[in-house]
Amino acid sequence: MKVFRFFLILILFLPLKLNAEENDKRNKITKNLRCLICQGQSVYDSDSEFANSLKIVVDKKLEEGLSEDQIYEYFKNKYGEWILYDPVLNKNTYILWILPLLIFLAGGAIIYKNFIVKK
Amino acid sequence: MKNKVLPFSIIIIFGIIFFIFYKSLKDSKIYTPDVNKRKDIPKFNTKEFFSGENMESSSIFELDKIYLLNIWSSWCVPCRQEHSFLMNLNKDNKVIIIGMNYKDNLKSGKNFLKELGNPYKEIFIDSEGTIAIDWGAYGVPESFLIYNNEIIKKYIGPLNQQSIDEINLLIK
Repeated sequence: MKVFRFFLILILFLPLKLNAEENDKRNKITKNLRCLICQGQSVYDSDSEFANSLKIVVDKKLEEGLSEDQIYEYFKNKYGEWILYDPVLNKNTYILWILPLLIFLAGGAIIYKNFIVKK
Repeated sequence: MKNKVLPFSIIIIFGIIFFIFYKSLKDSKIYTPDVNKRKDIPKFNTKEFFSGENMESSSIFELDKIYLLNIWSSWCVPCRQEHSFLMNLNKDNKVIIIGMNYKDNLKSGKNFLKELGNPYKEIFIDSEGTIAIDWGAYGVPESFLIYNNEIIKKYIGPLNQQSIDEINLLIK
């Protein structure tokens, strides 16, 4: 009886769990999409016509089985890279990505030379 | 020698950083959509505005003809402004105007056309706004000049005399 009850609960709650995962994914994607007609809002935050349609499109694409990256690629194709909050590495953004690393390395080298080698 | 390398490299690094920041500050921060980028038109399934029958995008747009796809809605105030320009453009018969009825109430949409006239050869419905997203549109009104299944130019916002002149020049 206990086993039966366990399975019954599992069967009842599994769709909820799956649904929650799907929702998390949708929220994550819409939070990384910029609402192009709003000021400083993501698609997730906005309730504009544009953002609401975009949310429906994200849902449809997820239902079609597209991955997160494929969905970003789709929107990038339609609206350009500006729609993504998280810029990808390319010739326009490589400085943005590499500069912190360079500064970190340069700083580390200075510290190493001045303080550790001197000792 | 060792002592000279360090200050020298620091100066160079700061010089580079200064140059990058200075250059980025000079760049325009205002987002401007690319309206001249040529793109293939998307494929979609939709419904006809008057009959409600299913239709495919391939049956609307033919090769070798010039189309102007206009996204409109009865609740959109700027659409009223641009409507007279669309009516005039239709009189010239140089370009086929197709309408995309965006997130609209069908009855109000029909009243809108009854009141202001119907410049469209065909109208299809986009009740969720998803087809507009597929076209890369931002909202209503918006127009796309299409030739050979390719978007030649995009007009964001209501059409005016200047854009109509431009369209006439482009389709000559």
